Amino acid sequence: MKSLLNRSEFYLALLILLLCVVIGSLNPHFFALQNILGFLKTSSVNGILAVGVLFVLILGGTPDVSFTAIAQVVEYVVVLATLRWGGDIAVGFFIACALGAALGAVNGFLIHYFRVTTIIVTIATFNVYYGLLYVMTGGGVIFVVPRFFKDFGEYLILPTTDASGGVFGLSLLTVLWAGALALGWFILRRTFLGRSILAMGGNEIAAERLGIRTFWVRMFVFAFVGLLSGVAAIAHTAIVLSAIPNSIVGKELEVIAAVVLGGASLFGGKGTITGTLLGVLLFAVLRNGLVLLNISSYWYDVAIGIAITVGVSFSAFQQLRSRRSKVNVIVAQAA
Amino acid sequence: MTDDLLRLSNIDKRFAGVHALKGVDFSLRSGEVRCLVGENGSGKSTLIKIISGVVRPNEGEIWVAGEKVSNPTANEMIRRGVHVIYQDLSLFPNLTVAENIAMPHVAESGKVLIDWSNINATARQAMARINAKIDADAVVGELPVGLQQMVAICRALTGDVKLLILDEPTASLTKVEIDQLLNVVADMKSRGISIIFITHKLDEVLKVADTVTGLRDGSIVGTFERSALDNDKLVEIVTGGPVDQSRFRLAKRERKKLLEVRNLTKRFNFADVSFDLYEGEILGIAGVIGSGRSELAIALFGVDPADRGSIVVDGRERRIASVQDSVEAGFACVPENRLTQGLALKRSVADNLIAAAIESCVGPFRLIDRNHRDALIAKWIASLSIKANDPQVAVETLSGGNQQRVVIGKWLATAPKIFILDGPTVGVDIAAKSSIHQIVRSLAAEGAGVILISDEVPELIRNTNRILLMRSGRIQGEIESDAVTSDELQRMVEAA
Repeated sequence: MKSLLNRSEFYLALLILLLCVVIGSLNPHFFALQNILGFLKTSSVNGILAVGVLFVLILGGTPDVSFTAIAQVVEYVVVLATLRWGGDIAVGFFIACALGAALGAVNGFLIHYFRVTTIIVTIATFNVYYGLLYVMTGGGVIFVVPRFFKDFGEYLILPTTDASGGVFGLSLLTVLWAGALALGWFILRRTFLGRSILAMGGNEIAAERLGIRTFWVRMFVFAFVGLLSGVAAIAHTAIVLSAIPNSIVGKELEVIAAVVLGGASLFGGKGTITGTLLGVLLFAVLRNGLVLLNISSYWYDVAIGIAITVGVSFSAFQQLRSRRSKVNVIVAQAA
Repeated sequence: MTDDLLRLSNIDKRFAGVHALKGVDFSLRSGEVRCLVGENGSGKSTLIKIISGVVRPNEGEIWVAGEKVSNPTANEMIRRGVHVIYQDLSLFPNLTVAENIAMPHVAESGKVLIDWSNINATARQAMARINAKIDADAVVGELPVGLQQMVAICRALTGDVKLLILDEPTASLTKVEIDQLLNVVADMKSRGISIIFITHKLDEVLKVADTVTGLRDGSIVGTFERSALDNDKLVEIVTGGPVDQSRFRLAKRERKKLLEVRNLTKRFNFADVSFDLYEGEILGIAGVIGSGRSELAIALFGVDPADRGSIVVDGRERRIASVQDSVEAGFACVPENRLTQGLALKRSVADNLIAAAIESCVGPFRLIDRNHRDALIAKWIASLSIKANDPQVAVETLSGGNQQRVVIGKWLATAPKIFILDGPTVGVDIAAKSSIHQIVRSLAAEGAGVILISDEVPELIRNTNRILLMRSGRIQGEIESDAVTSDELQRMVEAA
């Protein structure tokens, strides 16, 4: 029990529950299965991106900010390619994963080879990727995407008809998100590669001394982030059914904030899949709640800001408290 | 000899222009504890790096257990049972004790998947080998340094270790932790593991060593049996000269009272501390960690001010609530931990030296007079003989002794009346140590009052004229430095 109280995940879960109770008591529709399944579907894009962000944060250094640009580029390219040459969802996934991983690997290579901080390199590649997208497309919007995106986005597992005749069920996109979480958990917890990522986040020199091939671990992490960005791009297209050059870009801080709120450290070596899930859920509930309570969506940014401030202060406070209690122990002996 | 575990013959190593090791021969038996002593730059670390395969020698041969190692890489030496515990311990602060211990084992196995029960079993086994009782699920970064050291040792023990190299393992340990470590060393020796132990602390050498090898300027001075050594002989081996046995003498002069402390109290830290300090004096404070000695120092310096009591400097009552108050009253302080409290490590020697006295370089419009500043910096570098190629290099690149001189210089530049030094020679080599002692004595000779806090009783006796004994936050007594021997004072300090 004590260890549970020391985990930030516990408080985050508590906060989400509290939020749910408040929103639900003001608008009982919140607890309707349709509603919950609905926001679990729309949050899948952020949720998948967040798994990648978690990996980068654990590896250490500073966050990657280019993943939304990668997703954006992938979205555009996949839609264009499948429009021109045809294909199905499998082709879409293949292009998305390959292109995403390649763009991510470029980040990894630059960061490792030139020993530049992640945030600097990714600000640069963000601008290159995103800029090139605009140069090549002229910022044009594609309003019609191939049919298979719609089928994919609307596919429901266990479809049910509600009283008013609407059909709802578990979206494939939510399953995709769950898959990303499961894969992330498996890599981090059950593979040597995952432990190497944690080890490098804790002490990279020590990891090198152990013979961990830090270059390849880093390349993996950034390629993995790129790959997940590609998957998120597919999910995003399946939801919005269009390709607009600035529809994903701009979300990066929100996703990073969710992961940090979930307990990942900006200094590396720390972070969990559970926390990441909770961080994304908190924002999802918050956004959904504001809609249900008819509050202007502008308040969403304010609410996110407050959530981050509270979350970060809380973990800082916890650290401070544990440090203070240690000092008291020493002093008590002296007195 | 055939029963040599390790034999190096005619090892030669040059780094860009520096001849780090000059034809070194070295051998070690199984189960032998060898201490390696020498000043910074004598070639100790190069020798260790060559034995552990991190650095390749230009010439020479390495033999392990009678076999010549033709390709001495780090992995190859580990495979042959040579493990190093680096000073920084090389642990993963974010991972648990069990995982830290088992990590090399897992890495070596080359398995893709992680078997947690295997990790826990490996860790338990290793800990059992030295009877270490550490919570396997604890996060390493939250453990005290002493336990972290144990974790690092356990980690080496997961492999088939034949030779364990400990690089200054005691530098940041408390006395109790050091004793535990020395016990573990003895235990490993009894299991036939050879140890190479590197330390600047000669009392540890005498406690732990079977044999001692001295290095000076890249050559071996000699290898000696423990029975043939005492403290003075060791100093001679390290420095190449006789021991400086001189003692600090109070200059005969009109004694003017500089500082009068009365009933200074800080809750949970120290209580009713009263003492005087006169011009030209070096006043020692002896006491174990937690006795309140360092807390007293930082209270006088305003870092963590006292709750009540009076501080009178030069006949004037002073309220010290901040470092600014303290500096204004004429205090300067070399803190217990120079790396975290005394220096901006990434900044240059020049910036660090001028940090406290920058106010004196301010000219019209509050701009900095650069000529005056550079002149001051040059003056202190010269007068403290700080060895830095360029005042613009980062302080972290300097040796411990030179770093400490920078801290002292920083405060000397403010011309303090009262100088508090807390453990000024921790982690510096013997030559640098005696030169810091000279600096401290000359401070006193120039009329400052010095308060010297140290763990090392001989250092206190030789460099002070009076010693206050602190225990449980109170001053237990005052001793004339001439009237007590090291052993007597050590017993007084330890008596709880």
